[in-house]
Amino acid sequence: MDATLSGTEATTALKAAHKPTGRISDPIFVGILWGCGLLVLLLLGLIIAMLFEGGLPALREFGISFLWSTSWNPVTEKFGAGVMVFGTVFSAVIAVIVALPLSFGIAFFLTEIAAGPLRRPIGVAIQLLAAIPSIIYGMWGFFIVVPLIAAYVQPPLIEWLGPIPLLGALFQGPPLGAGMLTAGLILALMILPFITAMFVEVLESVPPMLKESAYGVGATTYEVYRNVSVPYGRTAMVGAVMLGLGRALGETMAVTFVIGNATRMSASLFAPGATIASTIANEFPEASIGSLKLQSLMQLGFILFVISFIVLALSRMLVRSKLEG
Amino acid sequence: MKLTHILSAAALSFAFSGAAYATDINGAGASFPAPVYQAWAAAYKEKTGNGMNYQSIGSGGGQNQIVNRTVDFGASDAPMADDKLASNNLLQFPTVIGSVVPTVNLDGIGDGQLTLSGAVLADIYQGKITKWNDEKIAALNKGVKLPDTAIVPIYRSDSSGTSFVFTSYLSAVSPDWKSNVGAATSVQWPAGAGAKGNEGVSGMVKNTKGAIGYVEFVYAAANSLPTTNLVNKAGKVVKPSVPAFMDAAAAADWAGAKNFAASMIDTAGDSAWPIVSATYILLPKNPNNADQSAAVIKFFDWAYTADGDAIAEKLHYIPLPDSVVANIKKAWSSEVKVDGKAVWTN
Repeated sequence: MDATLSGTEATTALKAAHKPTGRISDPIFVGILWGCGLLVLLLLGLIIAMLFEGGLPALREFGISFLWSTSWNPVTEKFGAGVMVFGTVFSAVIAVIVALPLSFGIAFFLTEIAAGPLRRPIGVAIQLLAAIPSIIYGMWGFFIVVPLIAAYVQPPLIEWLGPIPLLGALFQGPPLGAGMLTAGLILALMILPFITAMFVEVLESVPPMLKESAYGVGATTYEVYRNVSVPYGRTAMVGAVMLGLGRALGETMAVTFVIGNATRMSASLFAPGATIASTIANEFPEASIGSLKLQSLMQLGFILFVISFIVLALSRMLVRSKLEG
Repeated sequence: MKLTHILSAAALSFAFSGAAYATDINGAGASFPAPVYQAWAAAYKEKTGNGMNYQSIGSGGGQNQIVNRTVDFGASDAPMADDKLASNNLLQFPTVIGSVVPTVNLDGIGDGQLTLSGAVLADIYQGKITKWNDEKIAALNKGVKLPDTAIVPIYRSDSSGTSFVFTSYLSAVSPDWKSNVGAATSVQWPAGAGAKGNEGVSGMVKNTKGAIGYVEFVYAAANSLPTTNLVNKAGKVVKPSVPAFMDAAAAADWAGAKNFAASMIDTAGDSAWPIVSATYILLPKNPNNADQSAAVIKFFDWAYTADGDAIAEKLHYIPLPDSVVANIKKAWSSEVKVDGKAVWTN
């Protein structure tokens, strides 16, 4: 094959490349890109504005005490976000407390211990956990986890830990199966892949020289983990946890299945409760236009938005500070 | 040869669906009557070629959509308030009657072996009766060995017409319930846990020893759930059955009811089941499109025939009494008008 071009062919090719139309098409292309970027901002802004505007009448009606009032009574139309805000935070915190040590273990196992052939399947399995739709987690939780917890976890815990003063308050009530603890456990499983993936990334970014040096002076695997890897990535890891927390806060379907859906405040891990997202999912279909209930649901949505926004902003700040520093 | 067959069949069905589309009607709302509406739609399409699309989105959603006129008709389990019907220019009429039944999970107690009363149910759902061997329950069940198990009341977590009917019953029989909780599609439950939908409630009851829940009879019958008997207003013990629901429907005050919203809760009559209610259709009195509105009326006119009744009964719904149907037809021809002209006449 003759790769060289003849003189005339080369000139035509050059002309084609420098067609004057490029001067018009390029600004159009740049314009489209601007449009794409701005669309995201515009959509986000509109959603916030819509939620705020839609929920404003509820805030006017109940005042600022809407945020902590524990009444959610559709009959008397007295609505408050207290129970749901508490449930949202409580279940998400349980999820993080359960998921955190597991993520640490898996991430360190994958980066330091697992041999080549084992690393991939475990890594893929964890990624697949993230791909399972939340409704599947909900069904699995409802039909498998809830009966198991009701039969084997709650009765002994209620019997042994229930009578202890103070701590016992966490273990009160009939063994329903559905409740805060179950919701937290399912959520933990759902946020595990996200936290683990970021932990793996952080642990992989630890300079090998630091670890080799530690091993060189006789440190054990645990000591390297405890004194080199974790301190190196601490800030980014906190960010990863916050990201997981953010995801747990907004989870809807899986939680609705297993939390027990009671708009009552209780400190017990076993008591049924409600989150903002589950309440919206439950009540939205029957809320009629212009009703105080719909406005209160909108306001709940706005509160969830604000909580998630704060958590995500915090996590981004922490992750970035590490990557830059 | 085969290919041409398939092609012509495809062309035919395409033409058919194209033609049918023109007169398809759209409705949305309550999930309780969705199975019968969908069964009617399938049979009606086979008979007339005209389709009906029904989206089961919940009563509140059905009310919203018909108020905004985004569908041809809305469907709601709870009747719409009279002033709201008037301000939105809507005609309300019932289609079928359904009932709500308690279901339990107790060792050694099967379908129909337990009897409860309205007052006891209200106390259970308020957390006032907490054990199955409580003397109030024992008094209703002489000769039945009741276990010393904690009662776990299960309710619908999603707001639903079923909850509306059930809480209306509890409000009717218990002044305590009426003042503390009240009746609505969702209430602030004083005790127990919530699960989503009939399948969620029955699933949770099945999973929890000592649990009690309430579901639509249609659902309980289809899934052979263990139900309880109830003591009715006349003081008689009744078993949930189609004749018991029909007796409740016959005892209702249809003549005195405004907008056909006759209450069938806790009616008098020796054999009447106390938790019975109709489900409703909402139709604009001033439709934008007279043909669509007429098509909706024709559909329900057919649904009230023997053919429609047979389908409803097969699915365990109760057809309306004939006198009520006659009044509904009168309302159609006198109240649904475009430019002063009725869109449908009997």
